[in-house]
Amino acid sequence: MDQMAEPRMAHPLVPRVAHVRRRWRDGPDVWTLEIEDGAGSGFMPGQFNMLTVFGVGEVPISLSGDPADGNRIRHTVRAVGPVTRALARLRPGDPLGLRGPFGTGWPTDALDGRDVVIVAGGLGLAPLRPAILQLLARRDRIGRLTLVYGARSPDQILFARQQDRWGRRSDIEVAVTVDHATSPWRGYVGVVTTLIPRAVSDPANTVALVCGPEIMMRFAAAALTDAGLPETAIHLSMERNMKCAVGLCGHCQFGADFLCRDGPVFRLDRIARRLALREI
Amino acid sequence: MEPEDRVIVAIAGLNALIGALDRDGYRVLGPTVRDGVIACGDISGVDELPAGWSDEQDGGRYRLTRSGAETIFGFTSGAQAWKRFLHPPRQRLWRATRDGDRVRVHAEPAPDERFAFIGVRACDLHAIAIQDRVLTEGAYPDPFYTARRKELFIVAVNCARAGGTCFCTSMGTGPAATSGFDIALTELPGEGGSSFVAQAGSPRGAALLRDVADRPATAEECAAAEAIVARTAASMGRAMPDHDLRALLLDNPDHPRWDDVADRCLTCGNCTMVCPTCFCTTTEDSADLSGTESTRTQRWESCFTMDFSYIHGGSVRASSRARYRQWMTHKLATWIDQFGTSGCVGCGRCITWCPVGIDITEEVAAIAQG
Amino acid sequence: MEDLQRIIRAHPFFAGLSDAFSELIGGCARNVVFAEGDHLFRQGEEADALYLLRSGQVALEITAPGRGTMTFLTLGPGDVVGVSWLVPPYRWSYDARVVEPTRAIAMDAHCLRRKCEDDPALGYELMKRFVPVLSQRLQAARLQMLDVYGPDG
Repeated sequence: MDQMAEPRMAHPLVPRVAHVRRRWRDGPDVWTLEIEDGAGSGFMPGQFNMLTVFGVGEVPISLSGDPADGNRIRHTVRAVGPVTRALARLRPGDPLGLRGPFGTGWPTDALDGRDVVIVAGGLGLAPLRPAILQLLARRDRIGRLTLVYGARSPDQILFARQQDRWGRRSDIEVAVTVDHATSPWRGYVGVVTTLIPRAVSDPANTVALVCGPEIMMRFAAAALTDAGLPETAIHLSMERNMKCAVGLCGHCQFGADFLCRDGPVFRLDRIARRLALREI
Repeated sequence: MEPEDRVIVAIAGLNALIGALDRDGYRVLGPTVRDGVIACGDISGVDELPAGWSDEQDGGRYRLTRSGAETIFGFTSGAQAWKRFLHPPRQRLWRATRDGDRVRVHAEPAPDERFAFIGVRACDLHAIAIQDRVLTEGAYPDPFYTARRKELFIVAVNCARAGGTCFCTSMGTGPAATSGFDIALTELPGEGGSSFVAQAGSPRGAALLRDVADRPATAEECAAAEAIVARTAASMGRAMPDHDLRALLLDNPDHPRWDDVADRCLTCGNCTMVCPTCFCTTTEDSADLSGTESTRTQRWESCFTMDFSYIHGGSVRASSRARYRQWMTHKLATWIDQFGTSGCVGCGRCITWCPVGIDITEEVAAIAQG
Repeated sequence: MEDLQRIIRAHPFFAGLSDAFSELIGGCARNVVFAEGDHLFRQGEEADALYLLRSGQVALEITAPGRGTMTFLTLGPGDVVGVSWLVPPYRWSYDARVVEPTRAIAMDAHCLRRKCEDDPALGYELMKRFVPVLSQRLQAARLQMLDVYGPDG
């Protein structure tokens, strides 16, 4: 731990050095890193960090841990590219570079008295996990809380043990569905949108937080709208290529918005028109 | 600026100005003839400027020509914008050294180079002002650009002719330099060589002008200088259609013209490289063979590459239609939402240096036709 | 009989059905109960019924040699099971296996088809209720086919 040895750099493009504390597998090709971030100053659920493997590269990864754990942060990555594969290979004690947190978070502070439906698909549960933990920590402030989660198949369910534990609680309803299943699976099979109507009981007083592949979010947004939620009550976390995370490199543009600065969490009414456009 | 503030600077005076800037510790950069084009490079005197040279420009075409006169600034925009100095093609960001599990990150220090640009045209003054907004006025200013920009000294030159692809008049960005310079010059051709009507735009500029000017300019000389710029404005060969471009492009993401231009566009990215406001970058990480040292370098990137919008599995903008639409819609429409100004200054470089001669004004006109 | 009609009209699929129509189709309905592991029907059998699920859970499955049994949809209370009863040659194209003890209303397919032929207004009423279900299933199948959570998703 010697990131304090250097004078603190105001330079937004220079990472600080942090170290992996623990690492475990959370699904096929999916790994969670617990990182000791001495210089961390907390984060909002939904925000992301830029993670550097020295000599390999840098990627944006959402924070998946409990926002109450200040300096011990978690990131959940799917090892699909050179940098994420290198991240997944890091061992306890290994150094990595960290910049952030960046971006807008879920509006968890504006949910008092509201019913909350969390719709997550695949790895999209990772940036929603901090929001769920925060809401459970102050459960009495909100109304009905439902998690609707879709995955490709039972073995791909993210945070499966934690979802089981949540499912046994009485203060959060958990509905998990998979696209395909073979025998031992006793849960739901079918696309995640089919579970949405049951999760909404008071549409005028419900807020939805949605994260997953863009196409799944499009259909989820439509199902939520069909269930009676106004666009202003639906929040989505978008994904685009990102290099700088501070609005300078131009990569993450989504229409006039820079995802890194104006997102990744957007209210549906702001982006509905763009969401319907191809290749934007 | 009142006429009495204007002074006459002779060729020798311009030479003295370059010398004074050099002595003040500036790296003086100006237009020079190199490899068959006008390129910006280090200069140490007025004799290195492209006297007697002019150019012919059209969609996909650039030729240096002899102007037949001995004017120094008789050419128009070259391929290179000044951004290559303020926001260079490659910029190291940091270096990390490793000793066992101990890693130290060494931020690249802010550059201490002081630039003096000689011969900046009105379009490029606006381009610099636009990049200032993009790179210095957000929540996270670019430290390298900011440092270089702070020390910059600008000698602007009013355009004596419009290039074949220029359309600054219709963008409201030229051909007269109105702000953003330390000194502005208008070249007056004369029998015994050019002289310049000069005005200061900053106290630094005024101080230097006092040392190198011959005498106050006469009313006739001031009128002659203004007439030259007015003639340039009137001879602009191209114009951006007079429309609310932001609304036009945001309302037409599915216009058939995008398919048409996509059939011609090679997605080479030349337009983004020569554009004086395009600012996008990517990063490259590299490590030495022993793995003890790694560096991250920022380099120019173009929204025309497939990599630009790549997320696991593929590019968001896989078609050339989508990539051209992104570039032009950003430049002319969403730029306004982001930075309160258009991203286009009408310099015409994207037209000249497009290998197939795609003309942004023509594409807008086609979309505006409905 | 009265009771069955009440149950039919309480099911979301037949919500708001007129008295006349519910009386007409009531004659085709019977109460059925299935235990875990039972099959409502199997692939290739004659499609002789439409099931309105009242409780429990049913998995729709296809078995492929070498790939085992694949569940592609689970259905529960409020859902309908069975499409093939409506379309010649009236054969089930998948298995419907009971995952959790299930209560349902089974509507006899011959009876329903005959009544729809006799009374096109009833037939149209049924179609208006059935086509949205078909459309939703088709859309869901498309999404599944896209494999949105795959490594490239």
